[in-house]
Amino acid sequence: MTPLVVELVSDLFFIAGGFLCVTGGVGLLRFPDFFTRIHASGVTETLAAPLLLGGVMCRTGWSLDTAKLLLVIIFLLATNPTAAHAMARAALQGGLKPWLGAAGEEGNGEQGNGEQGNGEQGRRDAGEGEGSSSLR
Amino acid sequence: MLLAAVLAILVTMVLALIRALLGPTAYDRMLASNLFGTKTVLLIAVGGHALDWPSFVDVALLYAMINFVGTLAVMRFFQAQPQPQPQAPAAEHPPGEEHP
Repeated sequence: MTPLVVELVSDLFFIAGGFLCVTGGVGLLRFPDFFTRIHASGVTETLAAPLLLGGVMCRTGWSLDTAKLLLVIIFLLATNPTAAHAMARAALQGGLKPWLGAAGEEGNGEQGNGEQGNGEQGRRDAGEGEGSSSLR
Repeated sequence: MLLAAVLAILVTMVLALIRALLGPTAYDRMLASNLFGTKTVLLIAVGGHALDWPSFVDVALLYAMINFVGTLAVMRFFQAQPQPQPQAPAAEHPPGEEHP
């Protein structure tokens, strides 16, 4: 029913979208920290959803379903990064510290930040990250 | 190729479920739940077209909206009421760390 070229393009979209899906899932399962996991899932989700829905759009042809799928794509493109940003912000304000490398004890970024400005403030912020939640 | 896409989405949903079951913090579980919801939208869209369901896109659109609002609501809840013990990855912190 659909031309061959359109079907090939749809297959290409499906392959790319499925690959991004599985990549995001593996990243979500294997990465060591919450913020790395939100990076893996959020970035791949934002591209996988338009690819898969675009593949479906190629197959439906010109109908009302195509417009609705375009609406779903626009909605997902607007809400997926927003949800990821809200989750990262909530985790950061809830007292979750990012994981800063396996070799150093607190990572190099924290030490460099402490050396630049007021060292006492940076050390206090690094020390209270375990239990308390008073980031602001 | 529709079957391959549906299989990829299902595998991702299983991975997200595993992360939601063994996630250390509540944020990990919420992230996995959000990814599961997005994958459900994609599964309804692709599988609905594969099975020739009538008006499958309406269900997908509604599920996307509900998923977004639910994620934001739970995140606001956790933001207003912070975690009692945020378990950072336990192996990375050496036990001899000084506490000033």
